[in-house]
Amino acid sequence: MTTGLRPPKRLHSIAARKAKSAAFMGLLWAAGVVAVVPLFLLVGYVLMKGLPALNASFFTQTAPPPSVPGGGMSQAFLGTGLIVGIATAISVPLGVLTAVYLSEYGRGRVAASVRFVAEILLSTPSIVAGAFVWGIVVVAMHSFSALAGSIALTVLMWPIITRATEESLRLVPNDLREAALALGVPRWKMILRIVIPTAGSGILTAVMLAVARGFGETAPILLTSLGNDFINTNALRPTDAVPLRIYTYAQSAFTQWQTLAWGGAITLLAAVLVLSILARVLSDRQQRRIG
Amino acid sequence: MVAAGLIVLLAVVLWTLAQGAAPTFATFGLDFFTGRQWDPVNNVYGALPYIYGTLVTSAIAIALALPVSVGLALLLNEVRSRLVRNPLTVLVDLLAAIPSIVYGLWGLFVMAPFLNKYLAPALAGTLGRLPLLDSLFVPTPAVGNMLNAGIILAIMIVPIITAVSREVIATVPHDLREAALALGATRWESIRMAVLPHARSGIVGATMLGLGRALGETIAVSMLVGNGLGISTSLLSPGYTIPAVIANEFREATSTGLQHSALLALALVLVAISFVLAALSRLLVRRSERMAS
Repeated sequence: MTTGLRPPKRLHSIAARKAKSAAFMGLLWAAGVVAVVPLFLLVGYVLMKGLPALNASFFTQTAPPPSVPGGGMSQAFLGTGLIVGIATAISVPLGVLTAVYLSEYGRGRVAASVRFVAEILLSTPSIVAGAFVWGIVVVAMHSFSALAGSIALTVLMWPIITRATEESLRLVPNDLREAALALGVPRWKMILRIVIPTAGSGILTAVMLAVARGFGETAPILLTSLGNDFINTNALRPTDAVPLRIYTYAQSAFTQWQTLAWGGAITLLAAVLVLSILARVLSDRQQRRIG
Repeated sequence: MVAAGLIVLLAVVLWTLAQGAAPTFATFGLDFFTGRQWDPVNNVYGALPYIYGTLVTSAIAIALALPVSVGLALLLNEVRSRLVRNPLTVLVDLLAAIPSIVYGLWGLFVMAPFLNKYLAPALAGTLGRLPLLDSLFVPTPAVGNMLNAGIILAIMIVPIITAVSREVIATVPHDLREAALALGATRWESIRMAVLPHARSGIVGATMLGLGRALGETIAVSMLVGNGLGISTSLLSPGYTIPAVIANEFREATSTGLQHSALLALALVLVAISFVLAALSRLLVRRSERMAS
């Protein structure tokens, strides 16, 4: 493999070359602008359309019949809380333990294949997670349920937490590990008392990123939790979720329903963006503290 | 033990889907991929229109997103001022965090009407008049079409391709850049001589990751693509994609016929392609990084 410069075949005048260089730099800047413009347009519209939809009844009432003014999405908020809550409770221990294995114990071929599989699973299409969980959970239980939705989200969240947690565990300096081991601390205790607390904010970051993903996913919930017009707190029954409700209302012809969809979008967007920004701030702080 | 769970999970996903898909493949064999008829009433399933729609929308997305992402990744590598670089990085990362349902809602009510009013007639009036290209841009009155879906996908995958390309570009040794500049190369020449050759296979890997995401994206596409069955050469007519048909038909499918099985077969095809793309992407990015160091 060649590692060197690839000189051009022929050179033009210096003025022409400088002009060409400036033109290409201009194109790079243009790419930067084109990439971020949609973000402003999207956030702007969601704010404009979503803010008027937010009022007390939006958060306290349940799904209204078509063309009836008022109504809200309380059943969807509670449902999302239930589904994502269970998913987090399952995927955080799985993800953190997998990451601890990869970072602290993982050597050789087994660890390499686990890491590879984690990478691959990160790209699982979300609809496939839904279809898979339908196949093994919904069919077996003869019912759509919040629990099935949580399991579908776990398929997506487990690899996310694994990857991000492993990265933050690797930032923990080896000196700390060696110091603890040299003092005669057993390995499991060293991990529990030194490595995990040191990587703490990094692990929190990983969890927040995964939760943000869970809040926003529609497709897996669609095939597993189904949706529900009423408040449901039984994890074994069909349950509503905010993205699911937006999906249904967006495709309806009733303006009142569409308004509620925008209200759902602004709350969802706010939750996801706040989580992502917090996660970023935390991970920056951790990197500065350790590095 | 827990770590091996991930490998088990992968195996169970594939096994469950294969199990569900088996009756479909047993009945239709390879005709499943080439059949144009998808008819739950008569229990006939051919997936070609969905495969076609998925490929066309993803191709549009890659064609639009690749230049923007590579340009942006190069820019982030060139700009030394943190005042510009940090906000730009954060904004692009936030783009990746926005849920697809929000993209779908915005696309359906804001972007699609705008594009249908201005972009579609403009394309039909200019490129659509040229020979060879005329069949690509035939306007239709439908709200949803493959071009709109491709554009929303492009917006969604730009952050992915950018992030991975940037990672790869950052591993290009500084010596090479400096050598090029010392030889009198202009800024662009130093990018072309030193950066791009080394980052090339990594950028291909980044693109594959973006492609995998575009192929599997469900909600935003199903809201924008028009969900029209049939194969049309025009990018301005409705299409249908594999994830969209799974999302739309799964809950209403009857358990008597083969419909669930056919949908699971589509899911199996989708996940197999995604995993292969992800694996290839990983290998290419790793090779590119190793080559640079």
